[in-house]
Amino acid sequence: MSTKRNFIDLQRHLKDRTRGAFSAAHTLLPYWHRVTHQWQLESAAEMIHSLFLINHTGDIFLEKHWKSVISRGVCDYFLEVKEKAVEPENVPPVLQTPHHYLISIYRDKLFFLSVIQTEVPPLFVIEFLHRVADTFQDYFGECSESIIKDNVVTVYELLEEMLDNGFPLATESNILKEMIKPPTILRSVVNTLTVLLFFPGSSNVGDKLPTGQLSNIPWRRAAVKYTNNEAYFDVIEEIDAILDKSGMTVFAEIQGVIEACTRLSGMPDLTLSFMNPRLLDDVSFHPCVRFKRWESERVLSFIPPDGNFTLMTYHVSSQNLVAIPVYVKQNISFFETGSCGRLDITIGPKQTMGKMVEGLMVTVHMPKAVLSVNLTASQGNYTYDLATKVLVWDIGKLNPQKPPNLRGTLSVQSGAPRPEENPALDIKLKIQQLAISGLKVNRLDMYGEKYKPFKGVKYMTKAGKFQVRT
Amino acid sequence: MSASSAFNDEKGGSSSVGEPEYGHDPASGGIFSSDYKRHDDLKEMLDSNKDSLKLEAMKRIVAMVARGKNASDLFPAVVKNVACKNIEVKKLVYVYLVRYAEEQQDLALLSISTFQRGLKDPNQLIRASALRVLSSIRVTIIVPIMMLAIKEAASDMSPYVRKTAAHAIPKLYSLDPEQKDQLIEVIEKLLADKTTLVAGSVVMAFEEVCPERIDLIHKNYRKLCNLLIDVEEWGQVVIINMLTRYARTQFLNPNINESLLEEGGEKTFYGSEEDEDEDDEDKDKKAEVATMAKRKPYVMDPDHRLLLRNTKPLLQSRNAAVVMAVAQLYFHLAPKAEVGVIAKALVRLLRSHSEVQYVVLQNVATMTIKRRGMFEPYLKSFYIRSTDPTQIKVLKLEVLTNLANETNISTILREFQTYIKSMDKDFVAATIQAIGRCATNIGEVRDTCLNGLVQLLSNRDELVVAESVVVIKKLLQMQPEKHSDIIKHMAKLIDNIQVPMARASILWLIGEYCEHVPKISPDVLRKMAKSFTNEEDIVKLQIINLAAKLYLTNSKQTKLLTQYVLNLAKYDQNYDIRDRARFIRQLIVPTEKSGALSKYAKKLFLALKPAPVLESPFKDRDHFQLGSLSHLLNAKAGGYQELPDWPEAAPDPSVRNVEVKESVPEWTKCSSREKRKEKKVEKPFYSDSEGESGPTESADSESDSANGSESVSGSEVSGSGSESEESEEGSESEEEEEEEDEEKDKKKKKKELKKKPVQESESEQSSEEEEEERKHERKSKPRKSDSETESGDEEESESESSQSESDESESEAEVKKKKKAAQSKPPAKPVKTDGKKEKKEMSLLDLDDFEPAPSPQVTPVNSFLSSSLVTDLEGLSLSDSVLSPATIAPSSALKSYELLHRITGEGLSVEYCFSRQPFSPDANMVAVQIQFTNNATSDTKNLHMEDVKLQSGMRVKEFPEIELLPAGETTTAVMGIDFCDSTQAANFQLCTHTRKFFVSIQPPVGELMRPIFLTENEFKKEQGQLMGMNEITERLTLDVKCRNEHTIVQRVTTAANLSRVPCGSDKECSPPVPPPPPDHPVHRFAGRTVTSSSLVLVTVATKEEGAAQLTVNCEKMVIGTMLVKDILQALTQ
Repeated sequence: MSTKRNFIDLQRHLKDRTRGAFSAAHTLLPYWHRVTHQWQLESAAEMIHSLFLINHTGDIFLEKHWKSVISRGVCDYFLEVKEKAVEPENVPPVLQTPHHYLISIYRDKLFFLSVIQTEVPPLFVIEFLHRVADTFQDYFGECSESIIKDNVVTVYELLEEMLDNGFPLATESNILKEMIKPPTILRSVVNTLTVLLFFPGSSNVGDKLPTGQLSNIPWRRAAVKYTNNEAYFDVIEEIDAILDKSGMTVFAEIQGVIEACTRLSGMPDLTLSFMNPRLLDDVSFHPCVRFKRWESERVLSFIPPDGNFTLMTYHVSSQNLVAIPVYVKQNISFFETGSCGRLDITIGPKQTMGKMVEGLMVTVHMPKAVLSVNLTASQGNYTYDLATKVLVWDIGKLNPQKPPNLRGTLSVQSGAPRPEENPALDIKLKIQQLAISGLKVNRLDMYGEKYKPFKGVKYMTKAGKFQVRT
Repeated sequence: MSASSAFNDEKGGSSSVGEPEYGHDPASGGIFSSDYKRHDDLKEMLDSNKDSLKLEAMKRIVAMVARGKNASDLFPAVVKNVACKNIEVKKLVYVYLVRYAEEQQDLALLSISTFQRGLKDPNQLIRASALRVLSSIRVTIIVPIMMLAIKEAASDMSPYVRKTAAHAIPKLYSLDPEQKDQLIEVIEKLLADKTTLVAGSVVMAFEEVCPERIDLIHKNYRKLCNLLIDVEEWGQVVIINMLTRYARTQFLNPNINESLLEEGGEKTFYGSEEDEDEDDEDKDKKAEVATMAKRKPYVMDPDHRLLLRNTKPLLQSRNAAVVMAVAQLYFHLAPKAEVGVIAKALVRLLRSHSEVQYVVLQNVATMTIKRRGMFEPYLKSFYIRSTDPTQIKVLKLEVLTNLANETNISTILREFQTYIKSMDKDFVAATIQAIGRCATNIGEVRDTCLNGLVQLLSNRDELVVAESVVVIKKLLQMQPEKHSDIIKHMAKLIDNIQVPMARASILWLIGEYCEHVPKISPDVLRKMAKSFTNEEDIVKLQIINLAAKLYLTNSKQTKLLTQYVLNLAKYDQNYDIRDRARFIRQLIVPTEKSGALSKYAKKLFLALKPAPVLESPFKDRDHFQLGSLSHLLNAKAGGYQELPDWPEAAPDPSVRNVEVKESVPEWTKCSSREKRKEKKVEKPFYSDSEGESGPTESADSESDSANGSESVSGSEVSGSGSESEESEEGSESEEEEEEEDEEKDKKKKKKELKKKPVQESESEQSSEEEEEERKHERKSKPRKSDSETESGDEEESESESSQSESDESESEAEVKKKKKAAQSKPPAKPVKTDGKKEKKEMSLLDLDDFEPAPSPQVTPVNSFLSSSLVTDLEGLSLSDSVLSPATIAPSSALKSYELLHRITGEGLSVEYCFSRQPFSPDANMVAVQIQFTNNATSDTKNLHMEDVKLQSGMRVKEFPEIELLPAGETTTAVMGIDFCDSTQAANFQLCTHTRKFFVSIQPPVGELMRPIFLTENEFKKEQGQLMGMNEITERLTLDVKCRNEHTIVQRVTTAANLSRVPCGSDKECSPPVPPPPPDHPVHRFAGRTVTSSSLVLVTVATKEEGAAQLTVNCEKMVIGTMLVKDILQALTQ
């Protein structure tokens, strides 16, 4: 409720100003506003008290308490706010109730709602909740209501390990997997066998630690063995851009990420260097990367986690002009008289560096008044969702010789006023084998192990938040 | 992905075991009837002998718990299985137990003994999990048991168990706050822990139990700063937040001199009169402070700098919470010029999940008010996309508004123009407000904004128009005379606009400025009088206002209208309106009864009204610690710790020095230190030692993770602090100053060193002359004591063992004689006559690492001072590979540590060193040689030890009682301690005939091993078997003085009791030549731990330009990591 309140505060604040010389007071506050007051806490409490999982219709389908039980009635505050917010994205992540704070995230159509009793950095909780969702994703392949219900015991065990007394304990996927096997292995082992290494009471498990807990490289499990040793790195760059009506670039930048997949035996120590590290303006690393080496030599030196992980994310320095791979000519207009409008979009290649643009897709959020569309696409298919008013034009590969075009008429609800704003176009595209910033991996070396791994680097450019204003 | 298919399989698999039973049991009505039966069925399964049935039952129960169903009636059946052998059953029982124990306290007690047993288990994991579950059972009766368990776990060998103990502390505290005092003791103990694993958890416990006890942090401050980078992410957040608070209490405001400028610069932004007044006051105050500050120029405390420096790399963390924590730390603690670094990282977070964006934007909004310049380069990153959620849009708008200034306003307004067309009307309204704020803040664009807003008045959307009216009203208030045409235009709008707020605004405007629009205003009133009854309350009130004002200015035309309106209002349903009407009538219409006030009616109504201040709701939000929940809510959340104001004067920085404590092993340099302290009290010891450590290179960050003997002494900690300092590229002005200080210190030290180049005297008062004398004396003294011990040994020890011992010491004595001979005069001189610089370095080193050897076996003059001698010895050890390691060891002088200081010991001073001799009575013990000096005037009698307190597994062989130690005499004794391969201290009491002293001996990890002989091939073979987890590798840059072979060997063997592995290749056998061989040699060392005989293999592979790689292979990982740390330190300093 707090954030909603902040927003209202903000508005109210501005309104207060307008009141200036008015003598009348006029503010209607939601009832929970009046409830806010300070309370005394009997004693210190932990950081995250309870977790509720709620689906998008508002059903609470899982609850976990790390200390005393908090009634699920506390969620009512949240559900009320959720009802008021039209879109689930608009539910403020931090709410205040008379006795608790609710911090929630919205992921994959689910709300992860945590109950807090005392001061805690909100980002701490938010980041942790996302980590929980990531872990579910990692374990079960997706993070949906049905899959969580089906694996409720594993989910419960995971939550038990991830948080001790409200404080994060083990959040690295590699450590968790040592303690709680993902379902794949679970199946083959049969339920009666030990799934956990954590309680080595029985003889066959012995004195084995989830070594990650203790080692100074907690992200990697010990004794990894592969017959084929491989290390793949995907350099993926996203162009975030806003183009204005005339096609001019209002704002453009490149964000990159290096996703890695390493299947290497033993304790390999990798060093990855770039041809042109100066391009990188701002970076953030997986904890395995040694800061000091980067600072001094601009190389990435690390002992990788086992499996898939995000090695680094980066931002390309803003001095470099961003190449915009496509141009968009568009004309969307609504006529003053008669209930119709016209739409005409053409997309063509601009700066593609000689590569093929693939996976081209245009999404338009039409004004509410647009009832239906009657369009013809020179290439690809289009769909118009009557309920959400979203027009999607799936083009596929971009043909440089014959730029694809979509044109036709829009029928507008009769009697409704002419929509004032033309909808913005969201563009999706993909270019294989190219990092649009020009970043290049120079070499990858491995130390500490004797075998020769198979190494691979792949480049890709995608449209990130790429928006054309109309 | 394979996982999804796996998931399907799993679904199938589990369903066959009957999961659908509960899988389809939503809260349907039928559940109650079947409930009783089903639970019976579960109880049966739990009572069965088959683990598989039990497991199945437990899974179903846990699923019920997860769903929020009540499963408490199963408690007795479940708790029986707490001792079940099957691990997964057990695990699920624990989950259940923790959930329901509070409700079923009596039954829960049955399970306690299982956990108590678990606490004693040899496996650290079982101990930890037993403690974890035990402390989670919220049953008040077991508080004493929990307390005991926590205390025990806090001194457990395993850092993992200690971490669990830290986690248990807040649990116990919330269960029984009475325990606070005892818990604080445990926290204090755990704060001193040196492992990264424990650091985060204990600080968390500290924050929850005793955040007010800031004094507990002093001693651990530097350690925490240095460990920070290797603590896990969540711990980092907690530690950084705590250190922010700490720093606010301990250091001075770094911006104290700039605050004047800052105030002046930012003030115009919100230039209302009121504000200015306040600002002036502030200014005065600040100016005072500033002048005070000028008198005493601000120098940043090195500890303050250390914190800023060590947190900075964490801005690169992938964890948004860590980045935010560092950002707030910089915002609250850094000098203004340095805060900028956080902007980039915060902008990066805007790419993250929308919840993260939301929190970050809130904080950015607060920051932009105080430090606008910081985010200006990133203006475009705050541009709004139509797909952003509304709450994000509004916050971005807030930031953009805060960032607006003369130079970028045109860009921003162009952006705003796009936003106004948005379909999201809430957002449009917010945009209009934002335009209004820009217009008030930046005079140049006021007219442009006003024109733009007036255009909006013809917008089709009523909300937009209404919002515009409200904003225009505010803007007009600033310069009404210029804009009568706009007022006219707005008067016309009253026919069309229906939004009450807007209508009210227009009416107020016309009333207020009726003199500017004399013709229109009565007409408006006429219209309003007509529609009065249908208006909203807020509009009615404004109609009354308008009427009153017109009556006062233009009573001729409006008298009747006003009467009419007031009459209407008199009978209104709303009492506010009735009241207002009555009030106004009394005030403006002169009657015989009307009092003195009506004379002033005009003044009352038409007073000049100050223009409203349009300010950000985020103004002054920063009195809450940024990134906190309280900041986000703009209200104090429960448990929030206020961010204290900077102190006026810095508290004593020396509290953070890790002092000589009886129990803490220390380089026994206290004399010189104290002397220096006396000389300049203000100077923190820290900067002194920086001088000592000299130019060192940065230890690789990973090295800190090792739980080595870091921060044993002040000098060490600050040493590593200075490391990072050097590694920092961006040099700050403070640094230079620091360096200057260092320079001075060095000079000072040089002087001191000249005075006593070789020996440190124990007494601090000794004058120079005395020292001179002493120097002469010393030469004879050691020899004397030497013979004393030998004879003593022979007398007291049992025949055989003493025989061997004395044999060895004799052989050593021989070696030493050689040394002495080599050293006696000629080699010493060249050192003295060498270039000044070289001499300084040498002597510095000498001071740092080596001590006036209290042990008789060691020559008073450090052997390696003379390079020629080292070469000699080196040659010896190399050419003769069979040379016993024991004879090599003494070649590196032994460090001695203080056990009992002269003052605390009331004249008795005791030092100890690890003699590196095999302890003959028990091979598993480490020999500790203790030297007693009686500085008192009377004799000391019956020196013996008592009350030995040890960690489990450790053993001690006491030294034989010393019956008499005459005044002024010195004697030595040898005791043996089996440390069980841990660096836990052995605590005991040292007793004389009159007193008892609590003392403790803690071994450096390097003393826990004994050298063994291996050939290179053997070494490589063994190393091959100790790969993976057992291998720790560090890169390092060798200290400039440590680039040749013999110093490397020297330093490694000093740091750890290892022997060198002779190398077959000729490059190593050739005598070391000053220019190192072109191909880079590899040095290998081998040893075994004393207790468990685990192999310890150390490899130092040198590379070009002083780069080197250090590898330690040891199956005891803790020993390995600590050893890496120690050797790294030895090689880099």
